[in-house]
Amino acid sequence: MSNHNSERWFAKLIDTALPILATIAALLVGAVMLLLLKVNPIEAYRAMWEGAFGSQNALAETLVKATPLLLVGLGICISFRGDVINIGGVGQMIVGALAGTVVGLTLVDWPGWAVIPIALLVGFIGGALWGGIPGVLKAYFNVNEILSTVMMNAIAVQLMNFMLRGPMIDPSQAELASKIPQTARLLETFRLPRWVPTRLHLGALIAVVLAVLVYILLWRTTWGYRIRAVGQNPDASRYAGIKVKRYVVLALVLSGAFAGLAGVMQVYGVNYRMITDGSASGFTGSAGFNGIVAALFGQLHPIGTIPASILFGALLVGANKMQRVVQVPSALITALNGLVVVFVVSSEIWRRRRQKKRLAIATAEVEGSDEDFPPDPDNEPEVLA
Amino acid sequence: MISDLFSMTVLVGILASGIRLATPYLYAGIGETFSQRSGVLNLGVEGQMLLGAFAAFYVALTTENLWLGVLAAIVVGGLMGLAMAFVTINLQAEQGISGIGFYLFGLGLSDLLFQKMLGTVETVKGFPKVHIPILSDIPVIGEIFFRQNVLVYIAFALVPLAWFLLNKTTLGLKIKAVGENPEAADSLGVSVIRVRYFTVILGGVLSGVAGASLSIALLNVFQQNLTSGLGFIAVALVYFGAWRPWGVLGGALLFSLVNSLQLWVQVLGIPIPSDIAVMMPYILTILVLVLAVSRVRPPSALTKIFEREE
Repeated sequence: MSNHNSERWFAKLIDTALPILATIAALLVGAVMLLLLKVNPIEAYRAMWEGAFGSQNALAETLVKATPLLLVGLGICISFRGDVINIGGVGQMIVGALAGTVVGLTLVDWPGWAVIPIALLVGFIGGALWGGIPGVLKAYFNVNEILSTVMMNAIAVQLMNFMLRGPMIDPSQAELASKIPQTARLLETFRLPRWVPTRLHLGALIAVVLAVLVYILLWRTTWGYRIRAVGQNPDASRYAGIKVKRYVVLALVLSGAFAGLAGVMQVYGVNYRMITDGSASGFTGSAGFNGIVAALFGQLHPIGTIPASILFGALLVGANKMQRVVQVPSALITALNGLVVVFVVSSEIWRRRRQKKRLAIATAEVEGSDEDFPPDPDNEPEVLA
Repeated sequence: MISDLFSMTVLVGILASGIRLATPYLYAGIGETFSQRSGVLNLGVEGQMLLGAFAAFYVALTTENLWLGVLAAIVVGGLMGLAMAFVTINLQAEQGISGIGFYLFGLGLSDLLFQKMLGTVETVKGFPKVHIPILSDIPVIGEIFFRQNVLVYIAFALVPLAWFLLNKTTLGLKIKAVGENPEAADSLGVSVIRVRYFTVILGGVLSGVAGASLSIALLNVFQQNLTSGLGFIAVALVYFGAWRPWGVLGGALLFSLVNSLQLWVQVLGIPIPSDIAVMMPYILTILVLVLAVSRVRPPSALTKIFEREE
């Protein structure tokens, strides 16, 4: 038995190490690319490290960048666990931010302690709605969610451009010829508290707390159990009496909600206004996609997504420093992020092979109870009936 | 001013540019149709297009030979397809997610190469319009269909070709069998792995050409994120077209005609906010999907890992 345990412990260690090995592999490929660009990779990576962790301010910036990645990533943990591929993080962030910003620009007579939570909640709901539309389309109209979330991203970007050029434009900009598409600045009392002198804001802490809550949701509640069950085997879930369609919608609603929160927090914690350069990445800073990367890296586990977000936040912040010091475009890091994703999903094969082996042994020993899925207490009667 | 829309010249203009705009969707969509019919979802189309677009542009700019540019896009797209095939078929990685990885890789790398090798936005003299003799002289129809550049003609020729390949050849039969029931196909001696390698690499090649059609035939520039979501739309159009080449054609035409219409609306100064107008093709695509596709089911083995029982 102890031999069995030590084997499992070793297997766990490898599981944890795989993403790290994948990152190292990607950085090595990056080193080759840097050499091809005639840049000393050691120098470049040192600049990155300093940019991300070299000072109190650098570290704070890393955490500021990590916050939206974590929030979007939490939503991804939920939806991907439910086998719903939500790539609409961009749109959900935008709509959440738009909705939350309206609150701050409207309730100007209200005290900050009331406006901030309302705004965050409205952002959460905004994202939930934007995610819910593809959810309903998938569950009830059989429209593939990859497709609809992509379309919803494009629509959200145009919606943002329209709102910031028109109804929500900063009144002072509306009078100027330049007409920069941005909203007015939020009142000072409406801003999330900061850890001065850095830009690190309360949102980072909120995101970490939410990570714990999402963990509880997924593994300690019936909702979470059912979302995961539907994700693993929709047919079996249906036979077990789970209303599969409802949980598909729920997965996308929750996923969108966290992205929406990420969006509104960018406004209330970092920029204090919404501004658009017309593109999808302008406002979101590519957090819509990088959040997916972080969640995958954290093996779709909310707690694992915390260090993963910090890592990718560090890469993004470090890339800017690298660009300044050794003149390598930060686009290199986008490419490396892509490689990390590819390497991480490719390395999954080891884990799957081992699981299969374990399952074979377990079946042989006739103790094949899947510990991840104890019977759903609420549903047992239906199964019996 | 709304009445301007209905003048003959404007209508012809809308239709002609709609046909032209459909080109990249056709290449990428037909390619994606092949890989999905064999059971592989390639979400990396956008990344393949970006690298293809850059390769074509760079080679065309430096060698002043457009066909060499297309060849470069084919090679680059094919290599990306090869990598995608290895990762999803041999390493059995989750398809949707690896696709996102390849998208980010292509997005970053094409941007990096653009900044390092070009530095600024330059233009290239792209494929000229080819007037097809006699046909291009037919009033209206000639102007709409037969005064396009050569990559447009090839794109439209691909549709019946793809249909023929999928439905009238042994290879097509194998592709569909592998996508519907790989275990059965395998037991009948069809190499699932070889068929999927073929379709995924073909998908990469066509995505590369789709990128080239943007950078050296339609827009004749390269810049960061040139495709801006176009590759994802192409994937969407495959679902829209219910995994059939003619369906993809229908989707591509609908999407790009509406797009062309909204561009003309802006050109004519009709007072609809441009941002709202740009939304139209996307909203319309979703609506049509809700109404139409819900009855068609995807290839049974799509996104499923195939593992040969030893």
